[in-house]
Amino acid sequence: MSICRKYAAIALSLAGLLGTAPAFAKTTLETVKERGRMICGASQGTPGFGAPDGNGYWRGLDIETCRAVAIAVLGDKDAVDFVPLSGQQRIPALQTGEIDMLPRTLTWTLQRDTNGINFTQPNYYEYTGFMMPKALGITKVEDMAGASVCVQTGSTTEVVVNDVSTQNDLDLKPVIFDNTSAARQAFFSGRCDALITDAGALASVRASMADKPDDYVIFPATPYIDALTPAVRQGDDQWMDIVRWSVQALIAAENFGITQANIDEMMKSEDPRIRRFLGTDPGNGKALGLTDDFAYRIVKALGNYGELFDRNVGKDSPLKLERGYNALYRNGGLMLPLAFQ
Amino acid sequence: MLRELWYSDRLRNGVFQAVLLGGLIWLLFWIGGNTVQNLAERGIRTGYEFLQRPARFPISETVLRYSPSDSFFWAYVVGLANTLWLSFLTILFATIGGLALALARLSGHPLLSRLAGIYVTVFRNVPLIVQLLFFYGVATSLFPPVRQALNPLPGLYLSLRGVYAPGLVMGPGSGTVIAVAVLLALVLLIVLRHWAAGQGRLRRWLWGFAIFLPALVLVWLLAGRPIALEAPQLHGLNFRGGLYLSPEFSAIIIGLTLYTTAFTGEIIRGGIEAVGKGQWEGGRALGVSERHIMFRIILPQALRVIVPPMTSQYLSTVKNTTLAVAVGYPELGLVVNTVINQTGQALESILIMLGVFLTISLSVSALMNYFNARIALVER
Repeated sequence: MSICRKYAAIALSLAGLLGTAPAFAKTTLETVKERGRMICGASQGTPGFGAPDGNGYWRGLDIETCRAVAIAVLGDKDAVDFVPLSGQQRIPALQTGEIDMLPRTLTWTLQRDTNGINFTQPNYYEYTGFMMPKALGITKVEDMAGASVCVQTGSTTEVVVNDVSTQNDLDLKPVIFDNTSAARQAFFSGRCDALITDAGALASVRASMADKPDDYVIFPATPYIDALTPAVRQGDDQWMDIVRWSVQALIAAENFGITQANIDEMMKSEDPRIRRFLGTDPGNGKALGLTDDFAYRIVKALGNYGELFDRNVGKDSPLKLERGYNALYRNGGLMLPLAFQ
Repeated sequence: MLRELWYSDRLRNGVFQAVLLGGLIWLLFWIGGNTVQNLAERGIRTGYEFLQRPARFPISETVLRYSPSDSFFWAYVVGLANTLWLSFLTILFATIGGLALALARLSGHPLLSRLAGIYVTVFRNVPLIVQLLFFYGVATSLFPPVRQALNPLPGLYLSLRGVYAPGLVMGPGSGTVIAVAVLLALVLLIVLRHWAAGQGRLRRWLWGFAIFLPALVLVWLLAGRPIALEAPQLHGLNFRGGLYLSPEFSAIIIGLTLYTTAFTGEIIRGGIEAVGKGQWEGGRALGVSERHIMFRIILPQALRVIVPPMTSQYLSTVKNTTLAVAVGYPELGLVVNTVINQTGQALESILIMLGVFLTISLSVSALMNYFNARIALVER
């Protein structure tokens, strides 16, 4: 089962550290171009963020974030292989070069940032939440005294459970599982009163696993918001820039009002910022080591961030999440486009 | 002279071994050097300083006392204690169960021996992880939700959150009561054995209890009733107080024991069958009862055959406990996983786990080898 595979994967990742490789002659960009494919870390099934559909085609917000980079680098949104990774495999897999990029609901934390990986550009902001059956009549953390909570390892949530419990003197009883689906099943079977994880993932679980999604309520566990951010290996600044600006291209396109449908129209725009963004005026792509029209190709193939959001987790998806923090800055959200010049 | 050296077996062997050893050492150094260099190049922290930092993550159930403000080191110790506790119980139950299973298979009773045979076939041939998940599914669906918990006896509650039973609560002064009780019991045992030797066994015991129990109650009352029975109470979302058996622990202990029993049963059966038929016949000819033949004559000889394979079975049992992560019981493996995730120090954590399991395994095998030497045939 997955346990053996997991240990094997960790062992293999570690074995990667033991072998030769110090001659870091090739950059990640060169490696990816030579291989002709990108390799991305993916989740083990969180519909909306990353999961294969009925035909085995990977879909989700994180998945499309990775496709955006593949388009920028290789010109093909399907030139990506996805490697499903558990919470604790994902960082070693990135550190050891097994994957090129890790867009997998990964919270940007100081400890992670200072330990062999670099974060690029948040593609989703959210809080850690609890999900509970509505029948219990609890909608805020303060009322949860004595509740047992199903937790999956490999995330920041174990620590959140403890912090919340001590701060509010709740005596929460965590039941900790090593794999995601076990934790979710235990929750739905009634083993725990609550399930804790990122609110977006909770919405995904509720939409995909609950018999009656309306019977469950999700509320914040902490007053803090986390930035889920695609990460890359430390030590390759060019690759970090490529990933950052590819994700930024999605956000900037929404800010400019560029969509998949109207992008060819926008090519005729007189606005110098838009012209530089789309590569009509050259310079941006070259600076990154890409072609100048990289942003054009990304939006042409995938649409802008708003379209990605609506399609995967927003109003056009079963998750029906509000834009909330993930709206553009001018709509009261946190998504801030940087200057493409 | 040189020719002689070239053909000298001792020298040749020595040279080969030296070369091999040198190569091995070089390989280890090369691997170590590469690892350190690669870790440094990729900006990955190394070292064991993190062991002193507070762990901050919870562990759902522990044998030793643990709180998230304890250090990572203590978290490892707590995980290890859980592993050892689990291994100990499994080995104990599986050994007793294995003996019963072997005797059942060997018995002349056709139903019993067939059933035992089916048991072995089923449990040996289904992967352990599947069995564990099955038992966990049973443990979390057999009983009703916590608010409609079954209450077969006062104070005993069965729910899918586990089994809650009344437990003893020790208040201040309990130590005195226990000490007095132990002292009283010892004195009574000695007194009754010496001065009432003429009486029958049963009467002596009756007398003993007739004095002991009222005295104990008196002491307990005098000390201000420090020891009390506390029944679990439904408080908010869950029961509180009393003793608690979680479905995670139940699932892992039942699953591991049933699985291991199938193997130990076969090992013991093999050992018993290896003892010559003549031993049985000799025993019968001397008029020894069947039960005594089995326990006094056959089993002691069978042990010589049983112990070596049993050792490796015990070792794999210890290693099998790592599968407990699948059903959410926090043994060492789960703690190590969590630590890796919290600190990112995978290499160090895996090394600790390697070291710990190696130590446990070597200790178990040393103990069993010692036992084996004790029971081996002494040849004079």
